[in-house]
Amino acid sequence: MRRRSFIKKTVLSSFTALISAEIVFGSKMLDGYTPLALQDPDPFKMFSKNKEMIILNDKPWNIEAQAHLLDDKITPNSSMFIRNNGTTPEEINPETWTLTIDGESVKNKKTYTLSDLKSKFKHHTYQLTLECGGNGRSEFDPPAKGNQWTIGAVHCASWTGVRLRDVLEDAGIKSNAVYIGYHSKDTHLSGDPKKEPISRGCPLPKALQDETILAFQMNNEAIPLIHGYPLRLIAGGWPASVSGKWVQKISIRNKVHDGTKMTGTAYRVPCNPVAPGEKVKDEDMCIIESMPVKSIITYPKTGALINEGKALNIRGHAWAGELEVVKMEYSIDFGATWTICSVEKPTNRLAWQHFSASINFPKKGYYEVWARATDTQNTAQPMLLPGWNPKGYLNNACHRIAVKII
Amino acid sequence: MKDDKEFQKKIKKAEKTAYIAMLFSFIASVLLLFAVYDPSFSIFGNKESKLIYSTIIEDEDKIENGIHIRTGLIDAEGLMTVINNCTNCHSAKLVVQNKMSTESWNATIKWMQETQNLWDLGSNQEVIVNYLVTNYPPTAKGRRMILTNIDWYTLKN
Repeated sequence: MRRRSFIKKTVLSSFTALISAEIVFGSKMLDGYTPLALQDPDPFKMFSKNKEMIILNDKPWNIEAQAHLLDDKITPNSSMFIRNNGTTPEEINPETWTLTIDGESVKNKKTYTLSDLKSKFKHHTYQLTLECGGNGRSEFDPPAKGNQWTIGAVHCASWTGVRLRDVLEDAGIKSNAVYIGYHSKDTHLSGDPKKEPISRGCPLPKALQDETILAFQMNNEAIPLIHGYPLRLIAGGWPASVSGKWVQKISIRNKVHDGTKMTGTAYRVPCNPVAPGEKVKDEDMCIIESMPVKSIITYPKTGALINEGKALNIRGHAWAGELEVVKMEYSIDFGATWTICSVEKPTNRLAWQHFSASINFPKKGYYEVWARATDTQNTAQPMLLPGWNPKGYLNNACHRIAVKII
Repeated sequence: MKDDKEFQKKIKKAEKTAYIAMLFSFIASVLLLFAVYDPSFSIFGNKESKLIYSTIIEDEDKIENGIHIRTGLIDAEGLMTVINNCTNCHSAKLVVQNKMSTESWNATIKWMQETQNLWDLGSNQEVIVNYLVTNYPPTAKGRRMILTNIDWYTLKN
């Protein structure tokens, strides 16, 4: 104990010497904790990301794409946003990794190895849209606290795994089951082993959908560590935080899951609309389920200079949470007129859809190309910011790019 | 005489033992230093990591054009208090991208204390919040901002 405290003091004073400032409350620092000053990773190399990705946060890692980086129909790892809540787990051994199904409403608590899952259940592959609940948060006024995502916290990769339903049914679901909640291997930023960085879930009907899977592959390869290796829950169309990474346990609950970031204001919006800046009590906040209709223009990159008389070909993707996009339009006059353009059917349910158009401009000058998607319930994207909410979720306002005809 | 010689021999032996003991304790202390500072012996590893190590020491609290290089924070009153209290658990990047009012910052600090193991800041809280609202004030964005910082380029078809 003494030796330990001696070492701790020595290390502390050496840290202090290094950053030539007193570390206040250094004695509260946890064993094994290294101040940020002493870490120097290259995130682009470490995560195999495109150099144009934007780093919002390096502790925990939060990195987003720019619209033009999302041009692929199936998003490659290099352009996928990272939203971490805790510290990425290390030393993952797929041989010893297990998934346990437990909870108040499981008939028989069961534990599966990865090879059990792979051999026992049928494999399925789906393209699934995952968008961070806070994508677009940076635009809210008054500002909402948290990572200030702009447009790039969305991707649609191809995920391969087994249906969560098959696994849950193998363990047995009691008739009083209402929700599932995941538990993962990542650790809390404070180092407190009793705290989970995030443990979210979804109502049972969502958990039992065909497309809700326990994935072990992304784009036909093992899932990259930062995206949840070796096992990730994927629930397309809902806030991406439902798709828990590094999943070790799924609890079948007889009540709404009450894990970290399920309660309070996390991933919740006011049950009834509020004025910008209004205070909302926790009990008046409701859990976000399906994400709203949205689209992005992925080609060209904003800022294109085009010669007069030339047509501009644009393209991009549109998605609508649990629903489908049925209409895609663009405007070059700030919404005064809209032109319908073609949008493909999704490859499978919950996959984003691709649109394209060829635009002619009437004369030289500055234009903005705005895109607007409409879903199966005839709900379209707003041109202005949608309803303000304290945590800045669900900004699905139209995306636009700037072009100049010269 | 004989005793004298014996005595000298013993002294020499003791001296030798002392030297050996010193050598061992020196080796042990070097090893201990490595165990504490550099358990992976990365100093003997590739050049790259060595380079990073020295850069960090040199640049630790360098200020360039009014910016604290390591954290990216603006050099102003309260800087070190912010660094020491607000960059232990999360990055300074999370601090500077959030532009909030005094009230919102105080609420955020309370939330961090209640849920994220943040310690009692005492009188430092005022210093920190003043630094934040002075150097990173909220900007009015309205219902939609104009597009700015456009990087114009010629689109080749």
